[in-house]
Amino acid sequence: MNEMNEVRKPPVATTGIIGWLRINLFFNWTNSLITLFVIYCLYQFIPWILDWTIFSADFKYNYLGEQITNQEMCSRNLDPENGGACWAVIYVRFYQFIYGFYPKVEVWRVNLAYIMLAFALLPLLYAKLPYRKYFLYFTYIFPVIAYFLLNGGFGFTEVSTNKWGGLLVTLVLGCTGIALAFPIGIMLALGRRSKLPVISMMCTLFIEFIRGVPLITLLFFGMVMLPLFLPEGIDMDGLVRVLVAVTLFQSAYMAEVIRGGLQAIPPGQYEAAKSLGMSYWRMNLLIILPQAIRISIPPIVNTSIGLFKDTTLVIIVGILDLLGIGRGTLADTNWLGLSYEIYFFVSLVFFIFTFGMSRYSLYLEKKLKTGINMGAD
Amino acid sequence: MKKLLSIFAVVAFAFSAHAGTLDDVKNRGFLKCGVTTGLAGFAAPDDSGEWAGLDADMCRAVAVAVFGDRSKVEFITTTGKSRFPTLASGEVDMLARNTTWTISRDVNLGFEFVGVNFYDGQGFMVPSALGVSSATELDGATVCIQTGTTTELNLADFFRLNGISYEALPIETNDEGKENLFAGRCDVYTTDASGLSSTRAAASNPDKWVVLPEIISKEPLGPLVRHGDHQWGDVVRWSLNAMIIAEELGITSENVDAQTSSNVPEVLRLLGVEGNYGEMLELSNDWAYQIIKQIGNYSESYEANVGPDTPLEIARGLNALWTQGGILYAPPFR
Repeated sequence: MNEMNEVRKPPVATTGIIGWLRINLFFNWTNSLITLFVIYCLYQFIPWILDWTIFSADFKYNYLGEQITNQEMCSRNLDPENGGACWAVIYVRFYQFIYGFYPKVEVWRVNLAYIMLAFALLPLLYAKLPYRKYFLYFTYIFPVIAYFLLNGGFGFTEVSTNKWGGLLVTLVLGCTGIALAFPIGIMLALGRRSKLPVISMMCTLFIEFIRGVPLITLLFFGMVMLPLFLPEGIDMDGLVRVLVAVTLFQSAYMAEVIRGGLQAIPPGQYEAAKSLGMSYWRMNLLIILPQAIRISIPPIVNTSIGLFKDTTLVIIVGILDLLGIGRGTLADTNWLGLSYEIYFFVSLVFFIFTFGMSRYSLYLEKKLKTGINMGAD
Repeated sequence: MKKLLSIFAVVAFAFSAHAGTLDDVKNRGFLKCGVTTGLAGFAAPDDSGEWAGLDADMCRAVAVAVFGDRSKVEFITTTGKSRFPTLASGEVDMLARNTTWTISRDVNLGFEFVGVNFYDGQGFMVPSALGVSSATELDGATVCIQTGTTTELNLADFFRLNGISYEALPIETNDEGKENLFAGRCDVYTTDASGLSSTRAAASNPDKWVVLPEIISKEPLGPLVRHGDHQWGDVVRWSLNAMIIAEELGITSENVDAQTSSNVPEVLRLLGVEGNYGEMLELSNDWAYQIIKQIGNYSESYEANVGPDTPLEIARGLNALWTQGGILYAPPFR
């Protein structure tokens, strides 16, 4: 009888590392072949990329110990057989990549804005933050502070947006576009589903028009046509015009994403809200939108990431964002030919931001349990 | 797209047609000059964020002529597509943006090219291992070519005229052309000769590549302003001419002070010691002196930015003075 009561361990082959390997990597022979092939590719690739980016790379000094000031001094140009990436170009140009042509004496303002941006994002990212309410107040006024801090006014000397560049422009465009497009997109989505024909037609027209043209066209529209619609004497800043174009573009896409969420809400929810005597706005704010937006998190993040990457298109209208600064660097005769390093760096920065966004969306989905079927039963 | 842009340009022009750019610039306190977003040797930001290059010097020369200060200029970056609307709408006072002077741009778009600061032309670059010494020997070659450009049409014309065939490998950007050529996916890369030089300079071993002697198109690049403001056009035109004349007369940024006591009449006129040419342009009388002092003559700017001692290694060629076998020629200063 004792033997019967003894707890038997599961077979070795289904638990632990071996079990995991068997189930996930070597389940059958095709599976095993693919695994071996991928391992072989990684084996070929990883040592090479590590060697190129880190072990053989120059950071500030070349292998002779000299500080690198132009591409000819890079180890890989002095001795093509050895030497990896020449990160000195990033080191020397780091200021431009982060701040563009912002005057050096005023750069503390950009740094302060970067730090404040982090504080403004905190309460949005972590719902459990202590004193979250006060942090949120700060988040609401942050755009105003940032505007005066970066642009000037209130005792700060003015720094024309023409001097902004690099990551600063990328973040200003990305953050403003995403932040403004969200409320506008919600209004458009509600408008398109409205039962008032004028409103629904106007919203539909707007959305379809904006979605029907490429972002580049809108950027040109903002750059060239927008000033013509403004009264004489009003000189709209170039960056602002691009911001308008980016925001319009993003809000049309956001509207469709949120409309998708709205359509997933069962009619019973509307009826229940109405039977409680709620007005249109109370119903949407308290019942419908919280559910609709929760469902739409993955596509919202998707379009936001898309916009963040699309901001690189502003180079077409002559604004030097992170990628633009990279290209400008490549055109300097001192740094000709270092395109691998520069594009690697730029894509790394973009990856950090977009990967961060997508991880955050996963965290949100888990927290809000979007997978659970809501309301229907 | 091109048609649409020119309509934009014309509309924008109609709305912003105002004379007195010089007064606008003076009132504003700085010049707004449209340059490329980065082109080796012509305009690119250096490590400290200052714009440098042949076109950037052109902008600075105009700023010096107006303000006597090379720093009184704001560089506005423009692309091939945005440059004309930007100029037409008055967002920049002038363009020094590696722009080819053609009849349609001069006449139809309503601009005025005030001169040529670089004579360029379409050329070919091949690996030296190919053993080719002339473009006419390129029968059957694969050519990397930027699509939708005039270079594409020139290429087709050239090969047809010479009765030889080629296979085109379409590319979008200069970088792409460079990568394809270096990887051996095409035998020949064709674009403007200055672009070829910068591509060659970017190679890990520039000696492995040769630029063939044939130049198959005329690409006179020069600064331009809006139509209809001749006074401003004159300021830009003569800022460029002053640099060329200074080279002719042997005045450099180093000897310009000594030259003010020269006994050559044209030198004295140029430097503002005699005559009132500055006044005619509504500038100070020492405007040309200041350009030479702060920027240098044409040769100094050329040598510093694109000349044989720079990584671009572009020989003077057509851009030498007319007295030295080139076609650089400025009207007399009198």
